[in-house]
Formats: sequence, C-alpha cells, structure tokens
Amino acid sequence: VSTAMAPAIQARSVQPRHAGWAGIGLGVIAWFVALPPALVRSPVVPILIGLLAMTAGAWAIYGEEKRLGWGAVVAGVVGAVGGIASTQSGVGNLKDVVTWSALIAATLRYATPLVFGALGGIMSERSGVINVGIEGMMLMGAFFGIFGADLLDSWFLGLLVGMAAGGVLASVHAFFSINLRADQVVSGISLNFLALGITGYIFLDHYGDQGTPDNIPRVPDISIPGIKNLSFFGDAIGKTNTLTWLALIGVVVFTVFLFRTPRGLRLRSVGEHPRAAETVGISVPRTRYIAVVMSGMLAAMGGAYLSIGFVGSFNQGMTAGRGFIALAAVIFGKWRPGGALGAALLFGFSTALAQRLPAFSPSGAVLFQALPYVLTLIAVAGVIGRSRPPAAVGQPYVKE
Amino acid sequence: MTEEPKPGQALAGEGGPEAVAITPAARLAAYVQGGGVIVPVLTALLAFLVGGLVILVTGHNPFSTYKAIFNGTGLNWFFPWTSSADRTTAALNLQQTLITTTPLILTGLAVAFAFRCGLFNIGGQGQYLVGSYVAVWVGASFAGMPRLLHIVLAIVLAALAGAAWGGIAGLLKATVGAHEVISTIMLNWVAVWVGAYLFALNGPLQNTDPSQQSVPVSNDIAASAKLPVFWGDPELQGLHIGLFIALAAVVVFWVLLNRSTTGYEVRAVGLNPEAARYGGISVSRNYILVMAVCGAFAGLGGGIDLLGWQFHIATNDILNSANVGLGFFGIAVALLGRNTASGTAVAALLFGALLTGTSQRNLDPTIFEPELATNLTLIIQGLVVLIVSADVIVLTMLRRGRGLFRRRPRAVPTAEAEVS
Repeated sequence: VSTAMAPAIQARSVQPRHAGWAGIGLGVIAWFVALPPALVRSPVVPILIGLLAMTAGAWAIYGEEKRLGWGAVVAGVVGAVGGIASTQSGVGNLKDVVTWSALIAATLRYATPLVFGALGGIMSERSGVINVGIEGMMLMGAFFGIFGADLLDSWFLGLLVGMAAGGVLASVHAFFSINLRADQVVSGISLNFLALGITGYIFLDHYGDQGTPDNIPRVPDISIPGIKNLSFFGDAIGKTNTLTWLALIGVVVFTVFLFRTPRGLRLRSVGEHPRAAETVGISVPRTRYIAVVMSGMLAAMGGAYLSIGFVGSFNQGMTAGRGFIALAAVIFGKWRPGGALGAALLFGFSTALAQRLPAFSPSGAVLFQALPYVLTLIAVAGVIGRSRPPAAVGQPYVKE
Repeated sequence: MTEEPKPGQALAGEGGPEAVAITPAARLAAYVQGGGVIVPVLTALLAFLVGGLVILVTGHNPFSTYKAIFNGTGLNWFFPWTSSADRTTAALNLQQTLITTTPLILTGLAVAFAFRCGLFNIGGQGQYLVGSYVAVWVGASFAGMPRLLHIVLAIVLAALAGAAWGGIAGLLKATVGAHEVISTIMLNWVAVWVGAYLFALNGPLQNTDPSQQSVPVSNDIAASAKLPVFWGDPELQGLHIGLFIALAAVVVFWVLLNRSTTGYEVRAVGLNPEAARYGGISVSRNYILVMAVCGAFAGLGGGIDLLGWQFHIATNDILNSANVGLGFFGIAVALLGRNTASGTAVAALLFGALLTGTSQRNLDPTIFEPELATNLTLIIQGLVVLIVSADVIVLTMLRRGRGLFRRRPRAVPTAEAEVS
C-alpha cells in the first residue's frame, strides 16, 4: 500500500484518492471486526462500516478517482457481506479457521516460492525478455534440488544443483530469444513441457515407484530466540524456513539493486529502450543473457524450497501452476519487487485460507483448492491498465 | 493513467482493447503460414533425434525403443508386407492411435484458431475438461432418450461449455486486456479443481451406485449416449465415429477461416490488430468470438472422448491430466501443423501415434518402461514447441534464401542448414 500511496501525495486530487484508499481499508475492517480476536457478533457493525466504505468510494468516484472508488465500493460490499456471514457462523468454526498466527505462518510458507518466481520474472522482464518458462525453471529447481541434496547429502549443495539446473533451462530460453530471436512466449511455454519431461524422466529412472527417500537433508528452519517463546509472534514467525527469510531479504536487495545501483539502471534501460542503452555502450545481448539465467536460478530457488524446504519430497509436476501465479504477481506488483511481494503474500494467504476453510464445509474442501487460481485471475483482470510492462519486453533486439 | 500503446507488450498491461499491440503470437501467426512442409518435417525429425539422445544417454537403445514405440502405434497396419497375424494386432493398436488422434485434432484446432487471431490459447485442457464434465452429466442423466438426440444433445452442450470456458479468457482479454496465457492457465486449474470437487466422495456428481460409494468417480453414461463403434469390437474400445466429427471440425475450421467474413476478420486481427481496427474491424469482438470458438473445439474434444470410450470420469484422471493432458498436446499439434486445418490433422496423427505407442498398454516394458516413455513424449513435445518458436527466424531465412535463389542459386542450402 505504501508504494501506491506515494504518488498520491504528489497528485493534484489528493482528497478523493485518500477517500478511495480509506474506503478500501474500511471494507477490510468491516470483515475484520467480525473475526477473531474482535469477534463482534452483531451484523449491524459490519453493515455500518461497509456502508461507510461505500460512501468513501462514492466520494472518490465523484472526485474522478473512478477505479479506486469502485474498488472501495466493492471492498465495502465484500467486507459487509463477509462480516455478516461471519457473525452468523459459529464462534468455534471461526476460531478454527481464522487463527491469525497460524495463517501468517502458512501465508509465508505458500508465498515463498511465489516470491522467488516473481523476482525471477521481474529480473527477466525488466531486461526485455518475457519468461513464461518460470514454471518449468521452478520445477527444475524442485527436482534437481532434492536430487542434488540426496546424492551429495547436503541441502546447501542440493540448492546449488537446483539453481544450476534452473539456470541451464533458462540459458536455453536466452539462446532462443536473444540469439535466434524466437517467439518468447512460445519458447517459454515449451520449456515448461521440457522441464516436466526431463524431471519426470530422471525422477522415474532414478527413484522408480518408490519416490524420493524420507531422510533427505532439508533446508533448516530458523528459530529466533527472543521471538520463539512469544505467543503470537512465536507462532507466526518464530520458526520460519531459511529460504523464506532469504526470499524476504531478496526483495529488499533486489529493490535496491534495481532502482539504486548503476547495474540496475542498465538492466532497466535495456528493457525500456535497448537502442539507447546500446548507444551508451551497454551490451544488450549480454545484459539480457545474465538477466534470463539469473531469473532461472531465482525461480529454481523457489522450486527447491518446495521440495527440500517445505514438503521434503518430490512428485511429478509438483509446482502446479505456481510459476504462472508468480508471473501474475509480477504484473499485479507492476514489475516492482515490493509490489510483487505484496501480491505473492496475497496469493499465499488465499492458499493458506483454502487449507483451513474446510472447517466450515468439509465437502467443499476440494473446491477451495481453486481459490488461489480464481483470485489470481481476478487480480490480473482487475489491475490491467494501471500496470505497464517494460517498453521493450518481448521484442528481440537487432543490432544496427 | 492512460499509457501510450506500446508495440510488443506481451504479458498483460496492454491497456485494454484500445491499445492492442502486435503480439509475438501475432507475428508468429503471420509467419507460420509459409514455409511449406519441409520445416515441420525437419522440426519433428530434430525433436525425435534429441529424444533419441536422451534415451541413449540414460542407457537405453534408441533404435529398439523407437521400433517398439512404432510397433505399438499400429501404423504398420498400412504396410502391405505385414503378416495377417500381425495385422490383427496392428488393427487393434491403430484403433487406439486414431481414438487418441480424434481429441488431439480438436484440441489442436483450439490452439490453431487462436493463433490465427494472434492469441495463444493454453487453456485447451480446461476447455476439454469442462466439455467432458458436461458430456458425462448429460450422458448419464437422460437415459431412455432416443440415441441420436441424446448424443447430439451431449455433444452440443459439451461444445457450448467449452465455448463458455474459453470465452471467459476472450472476454477478459477484450475488456480489460488480461493476457490470455495467464488467464487460460488459471482457468485450467480452476477446471481441474471444480472437476475434482464434482466427482469427489460425496461430491454433487459422484456416482449413485450403492456399491461404488467409496470410489470418487462419476456415473457411467447411458447406452443411448455412447458413440457408435464402426471399426473393431465395441467391448474392446473399438474406433468410434468421433473421428468423423473431428474431421468435420477440420473442414469447419478451414471454411470458417478461409471462406467466411468472420475468418477474414480473424486473420486480419491476427496479422495486425492495429491495421484491422483502422479497417473497421472490432478487435475486442473477435477476441471474444475466437476464444469461444477455440473453447468449443476443445470442449467438443472432451465430450467426444467421454462419449466415445471413457464413459465416466474419475477425479484421479482429472488431477493427473492437470499438467500433461491432451489439451496441452494440442499446442504442439497446432504449432507443428503450422496452424492450418490439414497440418493440424496430420500433426494430431503423429502425436496420437506417439502417445499410443508410449502408453502403458501398447509399449513392451521389457524394451522400454512405459512410464519413462510418457516423459519422453513430453520431452519431444517440448522440443517441437521450442523449435517452432524459432521458426520465425528459420522462415525469415528461408524467405531470404528464396529471394537470393532468384539471383544466386547457391544460397538455398545455407538457409536449410539453419534449421538443424
């Protein structure tokens, strides 16, 4: 929210914009008050707050902040309806589903591979190469991460092997899109099939029907001594995987790199205006090569997190569309690491919620699995127009 | 808020219908119409060659493996020297190959039609799945209906369901500019989980057989909804008339694209959406229409598969097909077939044969394990798509080569060499 607020302060129409954001915030609160720990049991309260949110939205629409205003109106309606529904359902169920500390911990777990994938996507697309092969590179990291960890008996070496495998697959994409000037979307999609085939082939050839063994070294969790014993924070972030912390640190480092260093500026210039970049002496193909290979390695880290960080085993096609959700996070986050982190957390939260919702309806448990994909679809549909990709993305560069 | 329309914006952010750019897919769609049959043949050969290397590197014999796969396809039925005993087996295998070819033609057309409009439809699998859900529901519901009516009803509704599913992606593309690659992938997964829910234990469409209540599978369709078998034993998965429906769809595809106003508009948008708009064509309308037609093709494929030989749906099969279903093979089929009607049909036969030859049922496990072969098929599929992605450059070179050919005949072989 803070990054989106920043331009608002400079904008001419400050008031309606603030009203819009306030409306969205009120919409969230309308639902929040009916959930633990507040647990307001009267439906009047969420209705009132929801109406307030809609009023703020209407004010924003009146002040020509149409998109934000409509967002606030929708947030008000959703918040009020959700709040009313929550007041009508059992307190026991609510407490089962909405345990914030556990939800936060699960959100971080599910968001981690998405953050890595999104950082990879930003890296590649900022350099001007579309990478829809993130999914495949993630899968390479997942399999070769666990394969390496098993053979070399070290999670760290396994992680490196996984990253190398993702980098190799990415270099194929780099060669095809930079040297052969291939269609980048088609080339990227082909990598997903290749990764499925390659990982499935070696997995079955090596492990057969047995699957990966149980005693493979895993990426350790980090328990923070001071926080571990606190009741709320201890459950939420007291025991979090090393790779999750690495992903969060990665977002900060990558933001600084992209917007505060000369190399980051070069990377962006190649993605925005390659000819101008070439004119000042930046090698467009070289920059793009490095970016694409790095993007594969980042995505592979997300995959390795799935196999040796989170689950502890591998099964075929285990990335299950996460690479594409990561790409959606890139778009939703406007090609900025911080924005992508926010989107990844949102999608991760929806997965975490989907795992806990069956408390309300056991028969619907399977259907809730679709929630992250539906949310991604809505997010991608809702954000368009406000989100602008790097100007030269998808265009092969021809040196004159 | 409104940004300048930028050419080549591929992933999202195309700023709504008023800012449609020349997508890479559009560029490819424009190029792939040329090149003749030589490039697809080389593409397939190269993919099989690399696949052979994979077999070799992992310690198997590529020649005996490919021979075993070929024997499983039943294509030796066409050879005059095949003995009559072998011919009986070959006929059974060939029926399987053609049964797989049927939906592949349709999922291939679903991808090819979108490509001709400059769209990349990766949602064939989802559209195929919703088609089969509707077909199993209609097929199992109205028992006692006249056969022809029952079949037509099930097939039409399956196609409409697919059209609706594909239409969502088209609508999102046309109205808010959501890129179809991401939206169709998401729709695939939604279709997968909806199906896993529908036919799960205690799910709304789980079977009603008291002895089968612990099995997450749908009801079997009624006999009146099963497609007639015209070659082979109906009890042993003979070849059903769905093949003719698929071939009819190939003709419809060709006529629609090449002999109708709609097809003209679709191709115009595919070649250059900006120019099409200046020519008075509604680009948004075409995006919605095309994705719906694509969905109808794929949904038809799902419906025919179900009415022809599957007869019921198990949640396991749905979940297993989430990454490797026939809808995805449609991409390789369409691209190898250069997004043309006849090319798609031929490429579907190739992949139908490959999938059948590597199946659990048809591949001799003493020579090569079928599970490995399934992944080999994925690798070959990926290689085909990868090589075709670079066809743009190959075709440019071929074209330049031809241009040079008129002046300097020796230039042609260099262009050909670029392919390998």
